[in-house]
Amino acid sequence: MTPQTCGVLVIGGGPSGLTAAANLAAQCRVVVLERESAAGGIPRHSDHTGYGLRDLRRVMSGPEYARVLVERAVAAGAEIRTESMMTSWVDDHTVAVTSPQGRYEISAPAIILATGARERPRSARLVAGDRPAGVFTTGSLQNLVHLHHGSPGSKALVVGTELVSWSAVLTLREAGCETVAMITERDRPESYAAFHHGAKVGLSTPVSTMTKVRRILGRDRVEAVEVEDVATGALRTINCDTVVFTADWIPDNELARLAHIDMAAGSGGPQVDTMLRTSRPGLFAIGNLVHPVDTADVCALDGRHVATAVRDFLAQRSTPGQSVSIVVQAPLRWISPSVMRVGDGAPARRKFLFWTDEYRPVARLTATQGHAVIGRITLPWPAAPGRVLRVPSALLARADFSAGPITVALT
Amino acid sequence: MSPVTWNQPNREAPDVFDVVIIGGGIVGCAVARELTAFDLTVALVEARADIGDVTSKSNTAILHTGFDATPGSLESRLVRRGYELLSRYSTVTGIPVERTGALLVAWTDEERDALPKLADKAYKNGYEHAELVDAQEVYRREPHLGPGALGGLAIPDESIICSWTSALAYVTEAVGRGLHLLLDRSVTGLDASGPVTEISTTRGQVHARWVVNAAGHGADVIDQFLGYDRFTVVPRKGELIVFDKCARRLVNSIVLPVPSSRGKGVLVSPTIYGNVMLGPTSENIHDRSDTSTTPAGLSFLKSKGQQIMPTLLDEEVTATYAGLRASTEHDDFVLDSDPLTRYILLGGIRSTGLTASMALGEHVVELMKNAGEVLRVSEQLPDAPRMPSIGQASLRPFENAELIARDPEYGRIVCFCERVSRGEIRDALESAVPPTDLDGLRRRTRALMGRCQGFYCGAEVQALLNDGVHARGTSL
Ligand SMILES: Cc1cc2nc3c(=O)[nH]c(=O)nc-3n(C[C@H](O)[C@H](O)[C@H](O)COP(=O)(O)OP(=O)(O)OC[C@H]3O[C@@H](n4cnc5c(N)ncnc54)[C@H](O)[C@@H]3O)c2cc1C
Ligand SMILES: Cc1cc2nc3c(=O)[nH]c(=O)nc-3n(C[C@H](O)[C@H](O)[C@H](O)COP(=O)(O)OP(=O)(O)OC[C@H]3O[C@@H](n4cnc5c(N)ncnc54)[C@H](O)[C@@H]3O)c2cc1C
Repeated sequence: MTPQTCGVLVIGGGPSGLTAAANLAAQCRVVVLERESAAGGIPRHSDHTGYGLRDLRRVMSGPEYARVLVERAVAAGAEIRTESMMTSWVDDHTVAVTSPQGRYEISAPAIILATGARERPRSARLVAGDRPAGVFTTGSLQNLVHLHHGSPGSKALVVGTELVSWSAVLTLREAGCETVAMITERDRPESYAAFHHGAKVGLSTPVSTMTKVRRILGRDRVEAVEVEDVATGALRTINCDTVVFTADWIPDNELARLAHIDMAAGSGGPQVDTMLRTSRPGLFAIGNLVHPVDTADVCALDGRHVATAVRDFLAQRSTPGQSVSIVVQAPLRWISPSVMRVGDGAPARRKFLFWTDEYRPVARLTATQGHAVIGRITLPWPAAPGRVLRVPSALLARADFSAGPITVALT
Repeated sequence: MSPVTWNQPNREAPDVFDVVIIGGGIVGCAVARELTAFDLTVALVEARADIGDVTSKSNTAILHTGFDATPGSLESRLVRRGYELLSRYSTVTGIPVERTGALLVAWTDEERDALPKLADKAYKNGYEHAELVDAQEVYRREPHLGPGALGGLAIPDESIICSWTSALAYVTEAVGRGLHLLLDRSVTGLDASGPVTEISTTRGQVHARWVVNAAGHGADVIDQFLGYDRFTVVPRKGELIVFDKCARRLVNSIVLPVPSSRGKGVLVSPTIYGNVMLGPTSENIHDRSDTSTTPAGLSFLKSKGQQIMPTLLDEEVTATYAGLRASTEHDDFVLDSDPLTRYILLGGIRSTGLTASMALGEHVVELMKNAGEVLRVSEQLPDAPRMPSIGQASLRPFENAELIARDPEYGRIVCFCERVSRGEIRDALESAVPPTDLDGLRRRTRALMGRCQGFYCGAEVQALLNDGVHARGTSL
């Protein structure tokens, strides 16, 4: 079959993909492939406020935010194809698509992967026990409640205490389901704002720290969850008919892996440089696929940032320069972007994004190259598990492109 | 009461069936298919609302050559014959099968020394293509194995198969040939003292000249209804971990351990849906309905996986599940027939029942003939059904341009991870033996069995199912 062609092909019509499309459509023909029946990505399913601050400079609900981003992309001239799923690569610049309009191939000199991230479901967390109904992730819960107006149960256990976990609690409340407990394996709730956040929206949910799910009980419907005190091994049972597994993100990286590009250590997403190029010329990656997960507005601003590199690539203005990679030391899990190149600009929003597995009341970071310390920074806020730590790119401004990998540590 | 099921509203039932089969697992379904080829009225009574909903849905789904059976046993003969029959039937009906071959890997000197004996045993079981290979060849075939493999035995004909489609193909063909499918009713008693056997169920009685007991974990209980006391089913739990499709590139064939007295051991195998499976465990339990996974079982599997293929554990887990083998105190299948009461027992079909299923169907026909039953093949049998293409290696609807051009519903993907289209869900809901719940829909289409486990499509698929069930005008 002869492939269709366009200038830029965007895979995924969430906040990052739509914003990239809106910023590129003036220059060339942009096609966005979105597998769902409407574009908008996760915010479309997330019927609460808190979207749009950093990119649109106003706060709105998820669905409204999704609508605005779609309108902007369309107004800029991008073509959004919904119910259109990229299923595989045909070659480096051509992909195979399935849609009700047909099975076809489409080629573009530049392709942007913006496929997002999802929460690790129960099975991927190797939680033993029965397999009854009533087990959700925040995503599937919100999908059920908001898009399908279904109801979960009446008493829920929420696994996780990140911001997204509170989003689950809100959705449960809206659906008339009481959250009987929230649990985390850590010694403090991941979201240091958790209590504030909870209090702000009038929730008083008991939070158990150092607690992990061991087994789900109940043949047809969840009846209880056996939890373990990770310090003592003591077991106890929490009665509930609903369990929501929240947070614990996996990037939707299948297409990236099938492209055989370099993958980043720790995050599971593709490796990108500060201009959001992957290791394959003409292939870019943005949004939660490369930093699972940050807020929607930050993802959207990736879309704006990548446009420069895509334009340069299409105009053959610049060839990517010599590179140096950035690695992190535990308890940091990943950094994004994790490659810097000679001649490139700063990363999106002039921030490197980090994920930490341990809490530090004050985030103090040190960057080294070989034995030389090339940067230090102390941030007036904590490094907390469960949320991205955003660090000014000045930390790495003195990188030496010939001195080998940069290491960043939490000190 | 009327024994007519909701999905066969127009099928009139006789007062006395020629044969009633108890149990709609893969074995009961295979027997039903076999018997409906004759001029017989046949009913199948199944306790659950769907066929294949117990052990037949949760196994390792390997089509065994029978190379490691006990030579001379019933199991050896029936597995071998079943392999031939099902291999052939799968090409006619489109049941997904991949002939990946198996590789038994020896990790200790003792295991390596046992390999020639196993090759010999394979030969005694009538399997002539087993091949001893050295360590270098083992790693050439399976480069991702952990260190320490000393040698292996290759069994090129071991295959992976879709056990769900197999049971469904049998029952679909049987229904087409006139089977009365009596779902959602348990057999609670049998009375064979009269001229015909009276079968009590939770939804009234049915009568039959012949009764076939294919009740799996309930087979001993059914047997006892007739006064026998000859075996007890001991459920032996097998837990399994299924890894993400991204792991599929790590494994080329079914990687088996050298069997020990404790059973077949833990294997690593591709699945017919393009994933990789690690398991099963083997533990005798008491509760015949306990298919939960356990913290101990899962951590045991992880430690085994760590030895066999360390990189496998870097991949995401898609699912975990457990199945129960219906083992007994006997070392073989427990098969018997009583020509006087016209009763056939198919018991103790433990760990090879999927492979042996069609041969067990043939066996039932033999037993009936031996008892003097005259069987005439029906004159007009419909063609065998073509089953939906849900194997990863076959051309799936989502990649079939011609099909999508003809019917765009096949291009409308509902379940993204498994690439299941709305057209396939519609077809399943309109099929001869439609699903009644999400799990049944999953077994027919793969919807919801992927890596996101419903993050994206759970609610939508549920809505489609509700609509479909509603359209059939049934209340569940
Ligand atoms: C429950 C929940 C609550 C949240 N609350 C907030 C909040 O209050 N404020 C906030 O700022 N952020 C919030 N977030 C985070 C925010 O939703 C994400 O950061 C944002 O949606 C990420 O954008 P993205 O474009 O990277 O990916 P996504 O929004 O995930 O979009 C990816 C898109 O790609 C499509 N896609 C994937 N693969 C393919 C393919 N092969 N072919 C075609 N299309 C494909 C998907 O269908 C999807 O539409 C929340 C997230 C969750 C889960
Ligand atoms: C972990 C594991 C791995 C396995 N791997 C393989 C493999 O790789 N290859 C292979 O060939 N085999 C394998 N097997 C074995 C295979 O799955 C079984 O032998 C086969 O499924 C048995 O089928 P069945 O029809 O006898 O039993 P079942 O599937 O259990 O069906 C019996 C049916 O009878 C019904 N029933 C019971 N009591 C009553 C009653 N009173 N009234 C009405 N209905 C009743 C039940 O509801 C059930 O549907 C494996 C098994 C396990 C557990």
